[in-house]
Amino acid sequence: MRNRQATRLIFELAKPGRRANLLPKCDVPATEASEIYGAAARKNRLNLPELAEGDVVRHFTNLSTLNMSVDTHFYPLGSCTMKYNPKRNERLASLPGIVDLHPHLPSDSVQGMLELLWRLQCYLADIAGLPAVSLQPAAGAHGELTALMVARAYFRDLGQMERTQVLVPDSAHGTNPASAAMVGYQTTTIRSCADGSVDLDDLRSKINSRTAVFMITNPSTLGLFEAKIREIAELVHAAGGLIYLDGANMNAILGITRPGDFGADMMHFNPHKTFSGPHGGGGPGAGPICVREFLEPYLPIPRVVKRDGRFDLQFDAPKSIGRVRSFFGNVGVLVRAYCYILANGREGLKAVSQHAVLNANYLLARLQRSLPVVNERRCMHEFVASASKLKKERGITALDIAKRLLDYGFHAPTVYFPLTVPEAIMIEPTETESKETLDAFVEAVEQIIGESAQQLHDSPNSTPISRPDEVTAARKPIMIWKPAS
Amino acid sequence: MAYLFNTSQDIQQMLAAIGVTSIDELFDTIPKELWLARDLAIPAAMSELELTGHMSELASRNKGLERDLCFLGAGAYDHFIPAVVDHLSSRGEFYTSYTPYQPEVSQGNLQVMFEYETLICQLTGMDVSNASLYDGASATLEAVLLAMSSQRGRTKVLVPNSLHPEYRQVLKSYLQWTNFELLEIPCPDGTLDLEAWRMQLDSSVGCVVLSQPNFFGLVDDLSPISALAKQSDCVVIGVVDMISLGVLASPADWNVDIVVGEGQPLGNPLQYGGPYLGILACREQFVRRVPGRIAGQTVDRNGDRCWVLTLQTREQHIRREKATSNICTNQGLFALRAAIYLALQGPDGLRETAEHCTAKVHYVANQLANSERFKVRFQSPFWREVVIQDLADDVAGLLAYARSQGVQAGVPLSNWYDELSDCFMIAVTEKRTRQELERLVKLLTLAPRRSELSHA
Repeated sequence: MRNRQATRLIFELAKPGRRANLLPKCDVPATEASEIYGAAARKNRLNLPELAEGDVVRHFTNLSTLNMSVDTHFYPLGSCTMKYNPKRNERLASLPGIVDLHPHLPSDSVQGMLELLWRLQCYLADIAGLPAVSLQPAAGAHGELTALMVARAYFRDLGQMERTQVLVPDSAHGTNPASAAMVGYQTTTIRSCADGSVDLDDLRSKINSRTAVFMITNPSTLGLFEAKIREIAELVHAAGGLIYLDGANMNAILGITRPGDFGADMMHFNPHKTFSGPHGGGGPGAGPICVREFLEPYLPIPRVVKRDGRFDLQFDAPKSIGRVRSFFGNVGVLVRAYCYILANGREGLKAVSQHAVLNANYLLARLQRSLPVVNERRCMHEFVASASKLKKERGITALDIAKRLLDYGFHAPTVYFPLTVPEAIMIEPTETESKETLDAFVEAVEQIIGESAQQLHDSPNSTPISRPDEVTAARKPIMIWKPAS
Repeated sequence: MAYLFNTSQDIQQMLAAIGVTSIDELFDTIPKELWLARDLAIPAAMSELELTGHMSELASRNKGLERDLCFLGAGAYDHFIPAVVDHLSSRGEFYTSYTPYQPEVSQGNLQVMFEYETLICQLTGMDVSNASLYDGASATLEAVLLAMSSQRGRTKVLVPNSLHPEYRQVLKSYLQWTNFELLEIPCPDGTLDLEAWRMQLDSSVGCVVLSQPNFFGLVDDLSPISALAKQSDCVVIGVVDMISLGVLASPADWNVDIVVGEGQPLGNPLQYGGPYLGILACREQFVRRVPGRIAGQTVDRNGDRCWVLTLQTREQHIRREKATSNICTNQGLFALRAAIYLALQGPDGLRETAEHCTAKVHYVANQLANSERFKVRFQSPFWREVVIQDLADDVAGLLAYARSQGVQAGVPLSNWYDELSDCFMIAVTEKRTRQELERLVKLLTLAPRRSELSHA
């Protein structure tokens, strides 16, 4: 039933002489490129495939059916918050007057858009408990990078350029140390205790006068709230450092507790996770950051300000780190976040977190009968199970379980992350799943564990392809299509 | 509650299974003194109907393409987007999926990435493309970091001040924290001054960033400069507009090592500045240090051709602080749109689109140059965009007048260039009709001058 002709590469489907897009007749005098541009003009015909419109539509439509997605499947990918993406957001973000605004329109021509962005700044500031906002960063990792630059600018202003140490727990996202390295910081890893919390003794021993920032994910990547967060913040602050909160897990605490109240000085949001922006097969996202008042002067430009009832872009900020990207920001993603926040309202947002945590704890309670979990008593919006016992006893790995789940019609959880848990299986159900779906998932896992190791090694076998050879792909990379010679 | 599933009966059953009596109890690991004691300062929930009304009201206070005639450019352009692009990219299987970590159930996205990468290489003449970065400015930064990582001991990065000012600002923001030094070379005639570059190019320069067309829309033969840079063993980075390649030489022809660009014009809406599409493609020699995702071809256990994310040891989730970049999320959906757009355009569609831009911008430029108030500011050839000098030196008044008549006539250059405060830039895409061009010309040439206004 799969259409194998349409899913050949577009380059193989192409045929010279086919044509999809027709332009109107040029209604001004034609020009000759070679005369105008001389040596800079194109010399040979463009090398692009030639296709009919019907080719293109059938090809990409058939390709789409080879994906699992939130619209079609339960997608419990830990740390990614794969929640339902409301259709109304797509429509509202595509309204004329929203989707078709040129970034260089003067403020007077975009008062509605600036008001939207200004309101969003206010909402994010309140959810974060941190008053100053930049909507500019393009993704979570970009937000981290921006905030780390803000911190460096702040320390430079204080005459403390020697503060170049960034502390990162061993359970942190890979983007944390990678972002720190890009701004010229050195990373020091802080150990986690067996229960996933930060090892305070290790932290104490590593904090010093060179400490700039402690980057913490709270709730952590193990799905646990760091109960000693205030103590941690006091330690770091006493040493003159700042606390950065990786906001990837904000879905657990909306309206319940606020980073600014538990000691964070800076944070980013992932609107494509927490506020339902679709993940787009790997982006786009956005990474707005919120900071304390004393860090506000260093935020990137431009920012939206309200003056005498009128909205404007502010470029004048002498201490700002400057721009971190072109134009204003990933506005399309921010508009969806704005719609999501208003559709939920203050009570709805809190309910989002309550139900995300309820769903995760329910799944935890049921699944721990078949898979050992790092902290059995409780989790926030996600939890980490481990297949290490199964591996030792029966040769069944986290990867086997992940792959077999695909056959059962579920997207796999995140596996082998966080790095602190061997054979980790990180499960985040989100609030937009039913009890029936969660029950079906538990039953699938139970059945899978009852299968033979060989059966699992051979899986998946109902998906469009079986396990690919990734080793050869990396050793002898083929990264573009070339015509058969 | 808008998007939740659990009924009160579900909640009771789930709480019982967990062994607690209330949802609040689930949060008992959060110390009580940290709980927020009030409601969030956010309005009460809006129904879809109310929200639609609210958004429509906000939209009504903006001047989108349906309201005002648009001649704005300077890095973002109003090109035509075929219906097929919107239709296909709004399939839920594409836009509600995520990074293809599970290749068995992500072949759609992986094959799209592979096709996108191939299309970008076909356009630019490069060997390898990644699967996208955030935007043109951050792609330029990543290209500079990639180039400098191969140039041990060299510290200088040379850019002309005809490179997009916001791209230069982004380079400045990041490079201030590194040991690299950003040198901006003035372009008094709009284009590159070979002698000025010869003076600067020595063994301390790691890379040069050239742009075609440049920020002013000017097209220059860049081969002499890139040859000069190559003589000093510099890496040559080309910031290129993909649609311009319909009429302009492939960057491979002028010896570029790393091509970057803003992919917004390839079927992506303006949406007030983002999300857009950062394009980065390069020669084979850089492949092991390229930032971002790359899809590669392989076979599955049955020997069937398939695609996977490859060379992942470059990336942050494996290498952490030693990764080539911190990028994780990219612009997958917009790379998809670009691939669909290019597949629809084909070689002739893209060439004709570029030719229309050439013809139409020249039509406007010639008409304005005939008036006594305006002059084309620079002598060099241009594409899609032209810098117009207002000899009456009242750009702000002129553009405000045009807006009052429903026309966004151009982008003033005073924001970025003091010496060009009497200039503005007009962008003309294939979408503009002769009638619209004539409306613009008439409006500008008949606009009241400052002196007339003050006497009125």
